[in-house]
Order: sequence, then C-alpha cells, then structure tokens
Amino acid sequence: MYVAVKGGERAIENAHAWLAEERRGDRAVPELTVAQIREQMALAVNRVMAEGSLYDPDLAALAIKQARGDLIEAIFLIRAYRTTLPRLGASRPVDTAAMACIRRISATFKDAPGGQVLGPTFDYTHRLLDFALMAECDVPPAPEASATPGPVPHITGFLNRDGLIQTEAAGEATPPDLTREPLELPASRPLRLQALARGDEGFLLGLAYSTQRGYARNHAFVGELRIGTVAVEVDIPELGFAIEVAEIELTECETVNQFAGSKTEPPQFTRGYGLVFGQTERKAISMALVDRALRWRELGEDFLGAAAQDEEFVLSHADNIQATGFLEHIKLPHYVDFQSELELVRRIRAEAELAQAQPEAAE
Amino acid sequence: MNDYTFAYLDEQTKRMIRRAILKGVAIPGYQVPFASREMPMPYGWGTGGVQVTAACLTPEDVLKVIDQGADDTTNAVSIRKFFQRTAGVAVTEATVEASLIQTRHRIPEAPLTEAQILVYQVPIPEPLRFLEPREVETRRMHALEDYGLMHVKLYEDIARHGEIATAYAYPVKVEGRYVMDPSPIPKFDNPKLSDSPALQLFGAGREQRIYALPPYTRVVSLDFDDHPFVASKADHACDLCGAGDTYLDEVIIDDAGGRMFVCSDTDHCGSRRRAGHVGRLGVPGKEVA
Repeated sequence: MYVAVKGGERAIENAHAWLAEERRGDRAVPELTVAQIREQMALAVNRVMAEGSLYDPDLAALAIKQARGDLIEAIFLIRAYRTTLPRLGASRPVDTAAMACIRRISATFKDAPGGQVLGPTFDYTHRLLDFALMAECDVPPAPEASATPGPVPHITGFLNRDGLIQTEAAGEATPPDLTREPLELPASRPLRLQALARGDEGFLLGLAYSTQRGYARNHAFVGELRIGTVAVEVDIPELGFAIEVAEIELTECETVNQFAGSKTEPPQFTRGYGLVFGQTERKAISMALVDRALRWRELGEDFLGAAAQDEEFVLSHADNIQATGFLEHIKLPHYVDFQSELELVRRIRAEAELAQAQPEAAE
Repeated sequence: MNDYTFAYLDEQTKRMIRRAILKGVAIPGYQVPFASREMPMPYGWGTGGVQVTAACLTPEDVLKVIDQGADDTTNAVSIRKFFQRTAGVAVTEATVEASLIQTRHRIPEAPLTEAQILVYQVPIPEPLRFLEPREVETRRMHALEDYGLMHVKLYEDIARHGEIATAYAYPVKVEGRYVMDPSPIPKFDNPKLSDSPALQLFGAGREQRIYALPPYTRVVSLDFDDHPFVASKADHACDLCGAGDTYLDEVIIDDAGGRMFVCSDTDHCGSRRRAGHVGRLGVPGKEVA
C-alpha cells in the first residue's frame, strides 16, 4: 500500500536517457553540428560566452547543442566547466582603441575620425519573415570595401580634450575577481562592472529600461558603440615582453550622460560603460546604463530608491545561474518543512476553533 | 572523470574552503564569506554542502547523503553518485557507519558521534534576512549583537497566533553570541543541534557563506520564558515501525483522505523494522533485507 519515492537512481537514469532522445529530436532530420551552431547561431554563442565568462565559441556552441537551445542552461554548462580550469596568468588590459571594428556608431556626433560604420546590424532591417530561409538558399556575398587604415579613436576622447566629460583616472590596483573572492559590499566599480558583464541580459535590459522610463532617470546618449576584434596580450616573465595569445571579439559601449554639476564642480558630462564578449550590443548598452545608475554616490547624486541605483539589489540578482538555480530548487522535495507547517497551521486552527467554541474561556 | 581531482574541486579551492571552515569552527555560528565555486549542479541544489563535503572528504571516508531524511530521494541519490564518481569513496545508508553525512532538511534520528561530520545544505544562511533584506545591514546587526528585530518578530507571532509561528529553520543562539539559521530543518530537530559530539558544518553556495558548530557547542532555540520552545512533531507513531519519538512524514494513501505517518529518517525506520518493531500498517519481516 505504501509507495514512497523509491528507485530514485533508476528514475534519474531513465530521465537522462529520455532527455538525450528529446534533444536529438526526429532522427529523420539531420543532426545539428557544433560548427553549424557556431557559424549560424553566432549571437546565441556570443551570449553564452559573455554570461558564461569564457571566450570559446566551439564550447559555447557545444553547450547550446547539449542544452537543446536553452541559453541559460548552456551558460550554466560553460560556467561549471570554466570553474575547473587552471589560471595560467592574467592578460594585459585589452586596448579597445586599437580595435579592428566591424561596427562603430556614435549617436552624439554626425561624423568623427574613423567614421560611422553600420556593420552587420539588424537595426534597419524590416522585421518581415524571410520565407526564402525556409528552404536552403545561398546568400550572395556582401559588397566589400578595403578597410580604412589608421586608428579609430574613442569618441569620448574628443569630449575629454575639452574637459566636457569626466576623466576616468586609470587605477594601478589589480581589479578584484568575484569568481575567486566572495562578493563583499559595498563593491568597487571594477567589481560591479565584472558582475554586470556576467549578468543576465534580460535582467540588465529591464533595469536599464527602467532608468529610461524615470526610475533614476539619467538621460544617456550612446556616445559610441563599437564591435570588433582586439588582441589579447600576456606578459611572459621569461621573455620580458608581452606576446599576443589570442584575438577576441568584443562589444564596447560608452554612454554620455548629463551631470548637473555641484557647488564644487561645473557641469560636465559623465559616462556609463559596457564591455561584453562577442557581438552583444543590447547587453553592452544595458550594462552602460546600469553602470551609470549605480554611480550615483561617487557623482554626488541623490539615491532615488530606484532598483537600478541599488548596488546590493543589482549585484545580488544579476547572475542568472544563481537565480535560476534557487528559483528552480523549489521543485525539490520540501515535504519535511511542509509537514511542520501543516502541523503548525492545524494546531493554530484547532486553538482558534476551541476559543470560538468557548468564548468566555478565550480571555 | 579522471580529468578532475579527488572530490572534483582543485586543491587550492579546497584549501580556501577549509580555511573558511576553520574560521567558522573558531567562531561558532558566525557566517564566514567564502569564494563559492560554480558546481556542476545548480545553485539551490546543495552546492554549498557539496563544496564543504568535497573539502572534508578523505579517501577513507564513508559517505551518507540524505534529503528529507531519506537516502533514496532523487537529489540525495544524485549527490551521492557525484561523490562516488569524483572521489570514489565508500557510501552507506546507515547513519552509524557513516563518517561524513551530508543532509538537506533533517538531522538523523540516531545519535551522532565524535567520529562523524554532519554537513548541512543551506539555502539562506542569514536568520535575519526576512526581517532585513540588506546584507550590509544584517552583518552590522550581527556585529553589534543587535537582535531586537528578531525578538520583536517572535513576539508578534505570539500576539497574532498564540505561539511562535516558525515551524522550520527555527532560529537559534550559539554559545550566547550569534543568532544562527539552522538551515530548514524542522524545529523538532533543533535540540539535536546542541551539545552534539559531531562536528556540524553548514554550507551556503549561492550566498557564499560557511558556518559551523564545533562538537559540544551550546545551541539554544530562541523563545520567551512564558512561551518556551517546543520541538513539535505529528501526534502519531510511525505506521511502519511504531516509533513514537521520530519526525514523521504524512503520506496520503487514498482518495478518501486516508493518511499514514512514516518516519522521515528511512535508515532509522528500516533498522527498527529489522529489529522486529512493527507499526500499525507495517508488515513484519517483509522489509528485512
């Protein structure tokens, strides 16, 4: 008569086998290759690399395949793999001013040295389903022009020259790493930026949007958005100089925000900053807006009670792997605790009913 | 799995966790921040407990893993399998045979010994969290031993319900100093926390906290003189083994609201039945392996 939750081990094994079968789907349809995902689902791959904090397009594509397209699950796979990797060293800070840009736009200046480059963007596409893609169709090669030689300086550098935008002093200190040290609050800006760079795109998008709609509004212009590849250099102690070990694709966003000025400082623009692996511009812009909102204290602004200004709120809830784990853990058995609640509620109800039945004894 | 080190975590990480554990042992009930790692199971599934277990395990250990008091619940099976694969340690379902027990939501019924470590999985380590959501604030409150808010909450419970309306994760005070969350064990288990010969370790992975109760630590469940703490359980005996002093699960057995009550500690229940104890609905001998 009594059927407890027995046989957990076999149930788990069978569930895994079923999952594998579902992942494969209809065997009459050819299996996806990791290379196909890497090449044709590149923006999904980028998101998994960014929030997984591991730059490896092949592994990210594998994770997407294994996760059946569930990107948070894929990010989780990458994070769990990343945590087992040894730290061989730290790179020099990447030089985004030397980026080989595939896209570079500014909303604050009509033109600037280096030019505006739209690049491969959805921005001006009409969102009409392209039914031709239902069939396999060859894409004609895009027209090419030779690359513009010369550097592509940061737009905010021009404002900086005139003292119109706040200078960000370079620090000598090694930035903290929240994957190696517990997050302690209040957090420094480098630590906040690290947390935001790993944070959930949807969460940051919602927070950034809330600042635009008036919850700690600080009107942001996209001073510059650039996407492209940068070299990663590592100092080799034996050699005494740095060598290039990799090229990675990054999206960088600098916003230019209003600052009213104070008694001690004249009005000046301020910045928000976003830097994310891969072509991930929604995330980079969101990150810049949230970064700026979190800077209220150092810039002498008021705390308006908005979520995007609240460092502890933002940093504690931005990580989707933490969030999804804790959210989904309520699926696990809780019957011991539920039983204790059940007894408590029954007891309190019994006492209340008794008191109602004997009103004179209640007092 | 040979690509991973013993018990999965690399040695540097284990050292970092052991340092946090030692600090926790030195300051009973104090929540020590530690650089929790991403584990191959989700946050909320016991990553804190798993990391503490990984840092404590030696190849000679005998591991027992329980969830809701039972060895065969799915997550207990999953965690036990994880350590069988990554550490190759011996496992057992018998509380008395285990040198390290990882648990979620229960303390075993059988008394523990000085040779044992009990590792708790902790979801929210901060006992003040639901009174004050900010970590910066709650850490200050612990530092100043400012627990007035907690007493007000307990008092309001009594004013509203006639008793303290907390049935699990019932807050305790450790050696007269830190207020501690005992993890979501039913308050029935709270008395077992105090003066236990075993080392008790608490791991909260997502919240990056480790805390500890060294052996023979005095642990007092918060209460008032006129409303003393009561370790309550269902007012029944186990229907399988007849025990009247164990924590019971209530199981719905038919559409007419029929119920039975069984020990949540499956090992305890099984060994009682093997010793000849039979409850109201138990079948003598049938459960004997």
